[in-house]
Amino acid sequence: MSITAALPVGDLAPAKRSSVLGTLRATGPAGMASAVVIGAATFVAVFGVVIAPYDPNLGNLTQAWLGPSASHLLGFDAQGRDLLSRLLAGAWTSMLGPLLVVGICIGAGTALAVLAAWRGGALDTVVSSGLNVVFAFPGILLAILAAAIFGAGLIAASLALAIAYTPYVARVLRGAALRERGQQYVAALEVQGVSALRICIRHIVPNIAPLIVAQATILFGYAMVTLAAISFLGLGVQPPAPNWGVMVSENQQGILQGTPLPALAAGAAIVVVVVAFNVLGERLFEVARRGGR
Amino acid sequence: MLVASLLVASFVIFGAVYLAPGNVISALGGGRSLPASSVKVLEARYHLNAPFLAQYWYWLTNALHGNLGISITLRENVSTLIASRIWTTAGLVLYASILILLFGIGLGVVSGLRPGLFDTGTLVVSAVSAAIPAFVAAIVLIFLFAVKLTWFPAVGNGTDLLDNVRHFTLPAIALAISSLAVVARVTRAAVREESQREHVQTARSRGIPPRQLIRRHILRNAAIPVTTISGITVASLIAVAAVVEVAFGLNGLGAYLVQSAQDKDLAVVQGISLVLVTAFVVVNVLVDVLYAVIDPRVTLGARAQ
Repeated sequence: MSITAALPVGDLAPAKRSSVLGTLRATGPAGMASAVVIGAATFVAVFGVVIAPYDPNLGNLTQAWLGPSASHLLGFDAQGRDLLSRLLAGAWTSMLGPLLVVGICIGAGTALAVLAAWRGGALDTVVSSGLNVVFAFPGILLAILAAAIFGAGLIAASLALAIAYTPYVARVLRGAALRERGQQYVAALEVQGVSALRICIRHIVPNIAPLIVAQATILFGYAMVTLAAISFLGLGVQPPAPNWGVMVSENQQGILQGTPLPALAAGAAIVVVVVAFNVLGERLFEVARRGGR
Repeated sequence: MLVASLLVASFVIFGAVYLAPGNVISALGGGRSLPASSVKVLEARYHLNAPFLAQYWYWLTNALHGNLGISITLRENVSTLIASRIWTTAGLVLYASILILLFGIGLGVVSGLRPGLFDTGTLVVSAVSAAIPAFVAAIVLIFLFAVKLTWFPAVGNGTDLLDNVRHFTLPAIALAISSLAVVARVTRAAVREESQREHVQTARSRGIPPRQLIRRHILRNAAIPVTTISGITVASLIAVAAVVEVAFGLNGLGAYLVQSAQDKDLAVVQGISLVLVTAFVVVNVLVDVLYAVIDPRVTLGARAQ
């Protein structure tokens, strides 16, 4: 290492990290609108059961497939349950699974990426070639396999997807971490005797945070589509629990019978939320690229 | 590379099922308790007392000889059951791939070359389409084109080739739609980027006719990212086909895999997973070969970025 004197780290480290609000503003109107939709969906996911006007699981078969009315704004589903209540209550499981996937993937992916970039050598080779192996496994297939072995359920499917997606996250972040590793301020900190762990956690991870957040946002959309599909197939969230994927499946008969609203409404809920995550994720990537060095 | 991926994938499939909770003997006996002599016969037949790696080896060599075991629900050879369903899935994936390559790349190229209303429209529509899960697309298509307009049948495989195409049209569109949108977006971005490159500007100023400019200088360079994304999306269809097959009641491998997963018919789950993963890996290898054809700088073995 050629640097001998203690360098003023303050001058070399990036001057400021943008605030959450500033970043959101930078994503433009489309990004901000998406953020509002995501915020609303999150609110419904948390408080859906409370604000639901009726019991989402209480059905009356004599009211099955009845259309919208003043007291039941979206009408009833295949088993005579209030559709709006089920949609609101279903947001919880529909968004919890993706959250689990994203949490694990981002945690494990970031750790792997930073570790591989920091240590290089054999570990880097293992991380990079380990990726190629997992690439042989489509996420949805791994989730079906998990359901076959451990039984249908949200947790097994989410864990399987997390395993399938982590390599993708690690690969994207590894490049960014590697660039950060080569920066002068990292060398300066090392020379000053700051521990590797501290440099990684306090400096490298915060500096690649914009990319991590963008990655997490895009991933949430992917995970939501796949988990909804798994639930639609009957291998994820189990009925009668309300869930958007399950609702498409249990109301599919209505499509052929001329009462398409229950299935279509659940499908539309998924699409709206996923579009919001995709658009915001794409905008965040652009912001990260513009701000990235 | 191909063999290594397949070996590891097959090991994961076998290992996962090996670790599955539950007793194989009781599964084979359908839940009844069997006499000790039958248990012995079964143990010998399925090598149940052999060490894990030996069991894997028996399974793998049998699989390579086309013997994937016996379905415990249908009491038939897994290979026979797979063979009778594989063409449904293959046909569906092929049909959807053609739609994606034709319309995805086509739309992307046109909107990439012509900024304006069409381009903006494509961007907005593809942003929404990219977020439509295959099963949601399926119910919307069934509602619009099978129930309302009755142009296409809603469920089933069809009888002869022409009827097959008719039955597979809606499923193929449902399977293709989100990937098609993604391919269109990536193609558009690649074409837009290439057409602003300096060598293209220079060629344009030298008076190279637009047709030649587009074909030789823009599309040729844009082909690399387009190949990457097309390869990824087409390969992913192999697994997502399961969702579409269930939604349309098609008798394919994916729908059968889901059914077997629910029934815990693990020999079938192993067999179909192995077939699907093999197809997935083979498609990825084909894309690698394609790179070398498109881009002379790429040597086989190293994936282009």
